[in-house]
Amino acid sequence: MSDFAFQLLLTFDATIRLAAPLILCAMAGIFSERSGVIDISLEGKMLAAAFVAAAVAHLAGSPWLGVLAAVAASVILALVHGFACITHRGNQVVSGLAINILASGLTVTIGIALFRQGGQTPPLAQGERFRPIEWWFVDSLGQVPVLGPVYKELISGHNELVYIALAAVPLAAWLLYRTRFGLRIRAVGEVPEAVDSAGVSVYWLRYRAVILAGVLCGFAGAYLSTGQGAGFVREMSAGKGYIALAAVIFGKWRPVPAMLACLMFGFLEAGAARLQGVDLPLIGAAPVQLMLALPYIMTVLLLAGFIGRASPPAAIGEPYIK
Amino acid sequence: MSATPPLPNWADIFVLPVLNLLAAFFICGLIVLAVGENPVTALGVMVKGAFVYPGSLGYTLYYTTNFMFTGLAVAVAFHAMMFNIGGEGQAYIGGLGAGFVSLWLAPALPAIFVLPLAVAGAALFGAAWGIVPGYLQAKRGSHIVITTIMFNFIAASVMVWLLAGPLIEVGQMSPQTPKFAPAGQLPSMQSFLNLFGIEIASSPLNLSFLVAVLALLGFWVLIWHTRLGFEIRTVGQNPDAAHYAGINVPQVVIVTLAISGALAGLMATNEVLGVQHRVVLNFTGGYGFTGIAVALMGRNHPVGIFLASLLFGALYQGGAELDFEFQSITREMVLLIQGMIILFSGALAYMFNPPLARLISALTFKRSKANV
Repeated sequence: MSDFAFQLLLTFDATIRLAAPLILCAMAGIFSERSGVIDISLEGKMLAAAFVAAAVAHLAGSPWLGVLAAVAASVILALVHGFACITHRGNQVVSGLAINILASGLTVTIGIALFRQGGQTPPLAQGERFRPIEWWFVDSLGQVPVLGPVYKELISGHNELVYIALAAVPLAAWLLYRTRFGLRIRAVGEVPEAVDSAGVSVYWLRYRAVILAGVLCGFAGAYLSTGQGAGFVREMSAGKGYIALAAVIFGKWRPVPAMLACLMFGFLEAGAARLQGVDLPLIGAAPVQLMLALPYIMTVLLLAGFIGRASPPAAIGEPYIK
Repeated sequence: MSATPPLPNWADIFVLPVLNLLAAFFICGLIVLAVGENPVTALGVMVKGAFVYPGSLGYTLYYTTNFMFTGLAVAVAFHAMMFNIGGEGQAYIGGLGAGFVSLWLAPALPAIFVLPLAVAGAALFGAAWGIVPGYLQAKRGSHIVITTIMFNFIAASVMVWLLAGPLIEVGQMSPQTPKFAPAGQLPSMQSFLNLFGIEIASSPLNLSFLVAVLALLGFWVLIWHTRLGFEIRTVGQNPDAAHYAGINVPQVVIVTLAISGALAGLMATNEVLGVQHRVVLNFTGGYGFTGIAVALMGRNHPVGIFLASLLFGALYQGGAELDFEFQSITREMVLLIQGMIILFSGALAYMFNPPLARLISALTFKRSKANV
């Protein structure tokens, strides 16, 4: 296998690792927004979950307990969002922003109180975080030309949460398009009056969608601190929640296209990291900042209808008044 | 729903914001308690740090200046019922405008020419960064919230690229421009007041505070005493009615976002022209987002925005004091308070409304019965 192809393979491998939290958050955003609730608080929920996962994993010595606690923390924030937006019909963007800022403040404040390390958690030991899983016969199958390295690098060797992220996509698509619950979620984001007149509670449906978003963000956050990293660092979500939001829009609020957008954004990030300080033929220094800004630029262009068209659910952002 | 009596105006303007503020502080107090410190002592430390120590008032007003600009920026868009969440990016790019003028003109021209141009540069660049999302909202139907969020990130990338590349100080590693020549630096309040024989303690407070006060006045005139202000409010109340009345709605949307961006950009006069005297990485420090809390708290009115800016200025300056006095609470406490304030006076703004209205109507009803 040529060196270039192998480099590309490693970049794809990094792409999957970088895209996993984006995918989980994007699925969260799809459920929330498809039900009519704008969710810019993906970022804050993920950040809070990352902190709680690392803290609990460290204190309890088990990454799975960390995930459980992370999901609980993220769902609590999701319920705050629901309480403000669904029950009290508050502005959904304002509520999301409040949650993001709260998560920034809370994680550092509690982190300092618990660990006295300037807002970080102590570095996690081997047993306290998720380790890459080697698939069957990696060593022997890895010798097979072409497909071998693909199997070894790309498919095998990720941790549980990456596979959960990848499984979340078909699951979300099935839930959204093949179940009664999914049909109602989609309906309540388009014409809530119709759902209401069919005798189904708009509020309870939206609450369930928002809680589901909380669960998914919980996994995303846990991945950041106990899967990808080994401990919580302040502000470690670093805008990933917003990139996921961009991916939701880019995927036109549908699971599989949103996943592809996450993979594309992940690839840009992986590529930018790999090309940092590299001189390319013809171009000169690699435009790393441009590559990192490309997800945002493309989302703006898409929303403006310059490349395709993305139209949000009809009732998004509007509180329902019975 | 049961009919809730309408809330009297005075209660809406005075009681409700105070109630929301108290709720925010109460919850933060509980968190301080949970962390193992005394919330009353913490509050005392913050008040002392913000107002009592020598020079602390100057620091408080220096932060206040930032929040006046970003609060006004959010408020003007709110009057047209638009949510400009991009103050952070507009302020950042505004710093670029101010920086260009001061970097290039200050070595050649006297301050009296350079500084007004630099202030205009900040406003112009901020406005340009606001116009694009405004145009996309008005003409292409993209949602202003999403576009301005994306523009914050694009601005951050542009600035990292410029400050680490073409604009970097030669021979330096840190991503920042060279220092401006003295003609490109806004005088500090201390040296300005010294001209009149008034002595004050040293602080970062500078003449941009006066620019901010002018912006407050200008905002008041614009919104309530000009034709454009009337159009902005009409578009905010009902775009269809505005269109029917002959108002060019897309144009008003774009102009509003330009004004909003300009106000946010002016924040750079404080940080870049007044304090750092160079463009540095991340000088916006989240003040653009705090502007949202300020506008919500201040009910989009200049007086309210000034009071809310002062509150947040005191919180930021007093919060810095927490670092010195306590083991377990730090200035991040302020983010918590800020988040709670946005939650209570923004997203949950109407939670206390019905009970308060019922309480007031019950009280006044009793009194009117007693009078009979």
